[in-house]
Amino acid sequence: MALLEVRNLEVSFGLRSGAVKALRNINFTLDRGERLGLVGESGAGKSVLGFSILNLIAKPGRITGGEILFEGQNLARMSARELRTIRGNRISMIFQDPMMTLNPVLTIGQQMVECLLAHRKISRENAKTIAIQKLKQVQIPSPETRIDQYPHELSGGMRQRVVIAIGLLMDPDIIIADEPTTALDVTIQAEIMELMVELCERNNVALILITHDLGVVSQVTQKAIVMYAGRVIEQGPTREIINDAQHPYTQGLMNALPQMAIPGQRLNQIRGSMPTLQKIPTGCAFNPRCDYVMDVCKHQLPGYTRSGNCQVACHMVAEMKRDEVSSEEV
Amino acid sequence: MIAFFIKRLAQAIVVMFVISIISFSIQDNLGDPLREMVGQSVSEAERQQLRDELGLNDPFLVQYGRFVKNALQGDLGTSYFFKEPALDVILAKLPATLELVFGASLIIITLSVPLGVYSAINPQSWFSKTVMGFSIVGISIPVFLTAIGLIYFFSIELGWMPSYGRGETVMLPWGWETGLFTADGLAHLVLPSVSLASIMLPLFIRLIRAEMMEVLQSEYVKFAWAKGLHSRRIYFLHALKNTMLPVITVGGVQIGTMVAYTILTETVFQWPGMGFLFLEAINRVDTPLIVAYLIVVGAIFVITNTIVDLIYGLVNPTVNLAGKK
Repeated sequence: MALLEVRNLEVSFGLRSGAVKALRNINFTLDRGERLGLVGESGAGKSVLGFSILNLIAKPGRITGGEILFEGQNLARMSARELRTIRGNRISMIFQDPMMTLNPVLTIGQQMVECLLAHRKISRENAKTIAIQKLKQVQIPSPETRIDQYPHELSGGMRQRVVIAIGLLMDPDIIIADEPTTALDVTIQAEIMELMVELCERNNVALILITHDLGVVSQVTQKAIVMYAGRVIEQGPTREIINDAQHPYTQGLMNALPQMAIPGQRLNQIRGSMPTLQKIPTGCAFNPRCDYVMDVCKHQLPGYTRSGNCQVACHMVAEMKRDEVSSEEV
Repeated sequence: MIAFFIKRLAQAIVVMFVISIISFSIQDNLGDPLREMVGQSVSEAERQQLRDELGLNDPFLVQYGRFVKNALQGDLGTSYFFKEPALDVILAKLPATLELVFGASLIIITLSVPLGVYSAINPQSWFSKTVMGFSIVGISIPVFLTAIGLIYFFSIELGWMPSYGRGETVMLPWGWETGLFTADGLAHLVLPSVSLASIMLPLFIRLIRAEMMEVLQSEYVKFAWAKGLHSRRIYFLHALKNTMLPVITVGGVQIGTMVAYTILTETVFQWPGMGFLFLEAINRVDTPLIVAYLIVVGAIFVITNTIVDLIYGLVNPTVNLAGKK
């Protein structure tokens, strides 16, 4: 049994203008110690997916269909009390902006100890000892003094280390990291990412990495999911997706990497922008921006086609696969 | 800490200086104090002589200089009506006013925090909507109307509450006349406190609600949920502590404003406090008393704001009272 299995997940936001589906038909599995990348432009639904795994979507959003099976238990149907035993304990989250994630009026120690006390029956002193240990693990110098400081006394990189330490506090099975390095200086980004991956590896923690940086995904993850307008459009082993992207959108993302551009020339970009959830085009949501658009793309939602070890939702890929099969038959 | 106090003291001196100029300038424009002091029978020549003796004919700056010199020695002039030092007359009425403000503050604090927090957490519930509706009504009705309404219902129609005065009071050893230790005094305090609180309470409920709703949207509250904390801890520690920071600041200013509002409440309830005295002083053109009132109220403003800043510094770790980096 997979550690985490998401089946047909659907998330909707009840807006005044009617319900809008933010996520549709999401399926994936995650094994113990495995690292998964969630990729896509802003508005693709990566963060919503990350939050919905912990059933933490802000109102007016809610899970309207499907299952999130964590060790066989469905998180989508759990009571608040049961969810509390999972959140921060078995599955923890690391947020994007360390400047905003820590409560400004509580000390680092308070924010760590409260998490330990919420999940374990231990004394305050023991909790503090564990907290100091974790701060050491994320390489914070002199954790004994840092623990009594307030977030504003720490730099951005230090704060993100604290957030990672809080994420690791209970030795969770899964960490969901929502763009954990986006808000940091470029020089610190690599350092923090390396630290996080190393700690996950050492403790056999599965990582769900939400990012729009394909470079990071290719270095860090074994599996990748590419999302567009609330739907998975391509998923499979990271290596296959990076080396041989099938979906035109994934290809576009790859081409948009600065490394792919000729020096001195404009960067390649995908024309147009992500549709808003109220105005998702019929058929394939990507069709207005796609270079290879066909008639069928405009009115029929593409199903998933197998390509190597990947699943791709694209009519063109499906057609090519059909041609391959028929040519083999001849 | 010492640096903070020195800074506050310097600010306080500037504020009190400005208040003294304004209140002293008012003296010149409040009619002729002699009319109140002496009868019709006194001749014009005698009046002139009296003016000279009182220094009323000196240039403005000379008069102001004399006023400041005396004020620094605690002498704000002699009340024309009571024939007693104006400051003593005012300070004798200070306990009544402060107890009224205390009663109103108590009502505001004990009601606004739970109501504001509840309606921020459950904005859609019928109870929150009712509270919000009543708060609009509360803000819209003037204090004197609320006061008259309270007297009509609870004193005249139902006969539950006394309608005027402080009731039975006790003199504390340090010269503080209090109504807080007798049942009768407390009963007299209820209606005036409620009416004084009626304006500020809705304001605070709405302020706390708005701040709390904003804080509940913040990343650190989301992170607290993701840590698997109990909702009680998230609402009443993580969110409330951040909510109270701006509320404390506004609250400090409002306590000062409330002292000013007591003029209306004290008049309607015949509450023997500073505000009531102030209105009487205006009617009698008792200028030293008016000036003394303005200066005492100004001092209360400065003191409450200093205390509030101190509390704010204690609650908010990003404020450094010591002034060092």
